[in-house]
Amino acid sequence: MSRGIYQLRKLRNRLFLALSVGAAAFGIGWLGLILGSLLVQGSGAMSVIVFTMNTPAPGSAGGLANAIVGSLIMSALAVLVGTPTGILAGTYLAEYGRHGRFAMVVRFVNDILLSAPSILVGLFVYELFVTHMGHYSAIAGAAALAMLVIPVVVRTTENMLLLVPNTLREAAAALGTPRNHVIRTVTWRAARAGIMTGILLAIARISGETAPLLFTSLGNQFWSVDLNAPMASLPKVIYDFAMGPYEDLHRLAWAGALLITLAVLSLSVLARVFESKRTSQ
Amino acid sequence: MRPLFDRLLGAVAGTVLASAATAAFAADISGAGATFPYPIYAKWAEAYKAKTGIGLNYQSIGSGGGIAQIKAKTVDFGASDKPLAPGELEGAGLTQFPTVIGGVVPVVNIAGIKAGELVLDGKTLAQICLGNITSWDDAAIKKLNPSIHLPHQAIATVHRSDGSGTNFIFTNYLSKMSPEWAQKVGAATSVEWPSGLGAKGNEGVANNVKQTGGSLGYVEFAYAKENNIPYVRLINHDGVAVSPTAASFQAAAAKTDWAHSRDFYVILTDQAGHDAWPIAGATFILVYKHPQDASRLKQVLTFYKWAYANGGQLAQSLDYVPLPPSTVEDVTKSWHNDIDAAAVP
Amino acid sequence: MADVSLTNPAPSLTAARQRFGRSDARFRLLTMAAATVVLLIFAGLIATLAEGAWPAFKTFGFGFFSTAVWNPVTEHFGALPTIYGTLITSALAMLVAVPVGIGIAIFLTELCPRPLRRPVGIAIELLAGIPSIIYGIWGLFVFAPFFQQHVQPVLIDFFGNLPLLQTIFAGPPYGIGMFTASFILSIMILPFISAVARDVFETVPTMLKEAAYGLGCTTWEVMWNVVLPFARSGVVGGSMLALGRALGETMAVTFVIGNAHKIGASLFAPGTTISATIANEFAEALGDLYVSSLIAIGLILFLITFLVLAAAQMLLRSLEARAGGRSQ
Repeated sequence: MSRGIYQLRKLRNRLFLALSVGAAAFGIGWLGLILGSLLVQGSGAMSVIVFTMNTPAPGSAGGLANAIVGSLIMSALAVLVGTPTGILAGTYLAEYGRHGRFAMVVRFVNDILLSAPSILVGLFVYELFVTHMGHYSAIAGAAALAMLVIPVVVRTTENMLLLVPNTLREAAAALGTPRNHVIRTVTWRAARAGIMTGILLAIARISGETAPLLFTSLGNQFWSVDLNAPMASLPKVIYDFAMGPYEDLHRLAWAGALLITLAVLSLSVLARVFESKRTSQ
Repeated sequence: MRPLFDRLLGAVAGTVLASAATAAFAADISGAGATFPYPIYAKWAEAYKAKTGIGLNYQSIGSGGGIAQIKAKTVDFGASDKPLAPGELEGAGLTQFPTVIGGVVPVVNIAGIKAGELVLDGKTLAQICLGNITSWDDAAIKKLNPSIHLPHQAIATVHRSDGSGTNFIFTNYLSKMSPEWAQKVGAATSVEWPSGLGAKGNEGVANNVKQTGGSLGYVEFAYAKENNIPYVRLINHDGVAVSPTAASFQAAAAKTDWAHSRDFYVILTDQAGHDAWPIAGATFILVYKHPQDASRLKQVLTFYKWAYANGGQLAQSLDYVPLPPSTVEDVTKSWHNDIDAAAVP
Repeated sequence: MADVSLTNPAPSLTAARQRFGRSDARFRLLTMAAATVVLLIFAGLIATLAEGAWPAFKTFGFGFFSTAVWNPVTEHFGALPTIYGTLITSALAMLVAVPVGIGIAIFLTELCPRPLRRPVGIAIELLAGIPSIIYGIWGLFVFAPFFQQHVQPVLIDFFGNLPLLQTIFAGPPYGIGMFTASFILSIMILPFISAVARDVFETVPTMLKEAAYGLGCTTWEVMWNVVLPFARSGVVGGSMLALGRALGETMAVTFVIGNAHKIGASLFAPGTTISATIANEFAEALGDLYVSSLIAIGLILFLITFLVLAAAQMLLRSLEARAGGRSQ
């Protein structure tokens, strides 16, 4: 009798473990397919022109120069505004508000914002900026992206600061250092690598975001670095080109998709490198 | 972290200053709206920029979007294939003028069927779009195409999901051809389609038809031509099966009395004429009569003045029909009559 | 720092302390202000959405949630198809992603040969980093045509004769539609679930597992009876986070959902979701009621995701508290 049950248990074991191997193969398989298509289609469309010419009308030659620059400008602005705010807020949560109710609420709200649908942020910024300014602009686009940067930076900053041992803080305080100085010169410095990781992750996050830019920075066929006017961005261009029927624009869309994926993956790898430097310290 | 931060700050400050400087020189005109004329507007804009350095930033978002954006004053001009009724124009302080004439053509994706091979008529088209005819080898389609082999394949209709003048022209035609359609669905920039996929813009419909086997959609002819999507021949008002060409679009517009149509409001579907294409339409530009920034409107009108004078060949290369010279004169006259003098070139 | 003179300590020390006290107060205020910005964004989001949505709710009342109509010309709007689409695509995506994600986590923690563990884990996490628009265009250009030509006709034929499943898998084969959108979405949220599950599995005390092994349990029995129950709230919390993401996902879905404001009986029929509708229609919405209806469905989406994310937060926090992760 026990032999029969034992065989059944062994069978069940093999079955479910085979299923989990299958699951891993399923996951890796799709990753491989998607990255493979991306590499094949994207590199086929890559050339120097992609970086030197602006987005074309259908049938004409062109590249993605204005979209790349537009994305860089708006991301840079978003990080410029979002990072200090995020670091300061994260510092408040970790240093001053560990147990307070205000901090609890901020933490909760922040985590909601972290996963909130980005298209709603776009709607919010539209109502806030675009309707009052009377036109679409890169500033509105950057504002929307900044609102996506802040929760990521707050979360990672708080987590990294909490990891700094209290003994460091106490040692500095024992020397008579005022609290804000302790934070700025000791705690921040100790958490430096982790905070950088957070910033890199935030940049990786906003690099691929399309929805918030749809009704804020709109898009621009031409080269424009005017912050007060619609600005092209790589995800929006991919969206427009992929939705249309023109084969040459489809190819540019794949090239753009490859660029964004490479950027995001490099940032993620960089973040990991920082992470391992931190843990090895 | 401090030095990195400072460097970053410096870089962005530099960009902000540079862009502030360029802002003073920004002279691009912005427009939004119909996807119907986008191919020709894009070609005109390219040529115009090469000649004058002024760019036309046109967002191809559909006629509904064009009307919304110009009413919200977020663009310099709106573009729509559906002409606004005189009352609506008055109420919004807008005026409209036509630029080119084009044709809406049904396109299909059926294995083995090439451009112009399939013949349909308005009634059958309406039945397909209503969802009453569901397979390509239906008797009604076979009757019109006795010598073609039609596969037993489900028809996947593709329609416009956004507010579209092309949709208005197409559903206007279907309403004229089928009382059932007129009653159940009607004609408008956006209607409730009984079935099928929705796609954004002429571009989206063209894209979906290309990607989906057994599909039927409707696009402006330039999209079918530029992307090699097989189009359908239609039986027109006179009972003749016509192909969509610049000639048949022109034949549809031949009898139009532009001079006496108030605000250029003309509908060109199901026009009489041996060679007339049954689903033709003009496309319009919407601008303010009393603009806030007269110089920007002047840029817009200068662009179109240039296009009327020099863009005819480019238009014809994409099978759009340029307006007859007398109509261009009527348009220029209407500018002088309706729009603030400071904004008229 | 203050230079404390031994001959006259009091004045410089007090002055220094006062200076420090002020700078401390200023800095604290600064960080508090930054934290308030987070709250302001949240409050502003809700306020703007609520204000924009009010006209639609006032006009349509509760019917807004239950009517399946979307007619911009007659200005009749009902959110049912969008809500249905959002919920169904996310539910179907979870149906696939949760078992597969847990399976991947089991593979990574138990079965994977040690040298392969890091690369495979990193590979799965890289999937999480791919922007959603990539999934969208891949779905439209690569997956949908293949699905339409080779898989859908087979499935439609296969289920064609079975009574109930016949309507669920009825044609025509569009390629894109609710099924494709759900599938793409499931691949997208897969890495989140497997990452959380793997992290939680690794926190299971080895002693518990070894005790079970010591009793002669097979690997699967240990997973099923020891690890999974221990990791339950973590996995559920992580899955709910993934669900929150799936509900709000725009780009992966817009390309492949088919944009039809209808509730089709078949999974192969086109549909729409809240975010796809807003993405497609907002820029050109004409008329106050149309815009308001779009913002109203945005508000509904926010409420749905808020509920899911809040529940996920509670679960994950209780897990962290139990594991002693955050000092209470």
